[in-house]
Amino acid sequence: MVIVGAGVHGLATAYHLAARHGITRVAVLDKGYVGGGGSGRNTAILRSNYLTPEGVAFYDRSLKLYERLATELNFNVMFSQRGHLTLAHNDSSLRTMRWRAEVNKLAGVDSEVIGPAEIKALVPLMDTSEQTRYPILGALYHPPGGIIRHDAVNWGYARAADALGVQIHQNTEVVGIDVAGGRVRGVRTSQGPIAAPVVVNCTAGWASLIAAMAGVGLPIMTHPLQAAVTEPVKVFLDTVVVSGTLHVYVSQTDRGEVVFGASVDPFASYSMRASLEFLEEVAGHVLQLMPSLAKLRVLRQWAGLCDMTPDYSPIIGTTPVEGFLVDVGWGTYGFKAGPAAGEAVAELVATGRVPDLIAGFELARFGTGRLVGEKGAAAVGH
Amino acid sequence: MILLPCPHCGPRNASEFRYVGELAHRPDPNTTGTGEWRAYLYLKRNPAGWTTETWLHRAGCRRFLVVERHTVTNEVGSVRDAAGGAGPSDP
Repeated sequence: MVIVGAGVHGLATAYHLAARHGITRVAVLDKGYVGGGGSGRNTAILRSNYLTPEGVAFYDRSLKLYERLATELNFNVMFSQRGHLTLAHNDSSLRTMRWRAEVNKLAGVDSEVIGPAEIKALVPLMDTSEQTRYPILGALYHPPGGIIRHDAVNWGYARAADALGVQIHQNTEVVGIDVAGGRVRGVRTSQGPIAAPVVVNCTAGWASLIAAMAGVGLPIMTHPLQAAVTEPVKVFLDTVVVSGTLHVYVSQTDRGEVVFGASVDPFASYSMRASLEFLEEVAGHVLQLMPSLAKLRVLRQWAGLCDMTPDYSPIIGTTPVEGFLVDVGWGTYGFKAGPAAGEAVAELVATGRVPDLIAGFELARFGTGRLVGEKGAAAVGH
Repeated sequence: MILLPCPHCGPRNASEFRYVGELAHRPDPNTTGTGEWRAYLYLKRNPAGWTTETWLHRAGCRRFLVVERHTVTNEVGSVRDAAGGAGPSDP
């Protein structure tokens, strides 16, 4: 079988196929290099404090797999569960935080609403005064959330899958998918054709284009998402801070660099050029939260591509073309989902049954109208 | 920065506009079925190349515009008023 895309989703799927189900006749294809797409461009934040029961269960499973990933892969992925704060600057977002906290607690996920004094104790540099444009009313605090070294996750899965016999082909672009009689027969690549009864689309940014090769239409629009990183400084921030109102999230890496991200660019595009407009806006918002960072210098900025779905939930499972599966539509939340998605897709391929964990995320929901609305927790969630 | 040449206001920064989405033909709500309606709502072409879209000049003439744009380079082709005429009537 063939997996298109050697990012965390493709590699985790290949790893679970080989490690759990003994399926090793697997080729993972990528037009670039391992982890060169969204898996190497995200801001490496992990959390499970989502809004819908389907979303919370799914991301909680992923977080659990991440917790033991270093041991399982024998690769130091540097998962730091330093806690995750989502700030509320108005009554409606505070209401959403309370809603999320209750949904989370019912699912057994550690998550609670805290006030400005507790936020100040966690992040002393935060401006929690009332003399700001958007005073902080409270936050959703999620202690098991944190950051991880995303390249190590990609390389760890790649090494483990490779050791089990999976073939990983970099610089191998899929240029066509052969379908006959309603089922997939194989793929054509820049290095030649591969016959396969099962093809899984694990791409991010190019999911629509790959699916179109198999004649499958997807409810996806591709938007760039930009991020930036500063010079390294002494450690001052050991929680992840997110503000939906200010469209920003901030964390400090183990090296001391401060990483910023934002919401997706406001129009669809496949361009990965960074823009000064983004940097000015995000820097202004960071300074509203932590004014004392004004003299920090930005080292670099970049963009990745996000496949946005109408309900801010992914699309996983079967398609109208038999044997052509998708694990796509990961918007701005794909990296944190990699292990659970890989585990579930591998189970689907091996058993032919859709695991309960992903039953709500099937492509057919856009025909039946049973959407899984995660916008309240995922739009600038992270 | 992307400049959109508004037919009424001249070249303006894209941040003045609201991106509405791909130009799509809306089925008649009185005769359409749920399948066709949901396909209209959700299914997208999302091409990597030239596409035709609707933008709203929110901070300008407040007209809906039909824009041709290349989604890889962000190069903008033709821009016209969505109503098809020369533009809004005189104020």
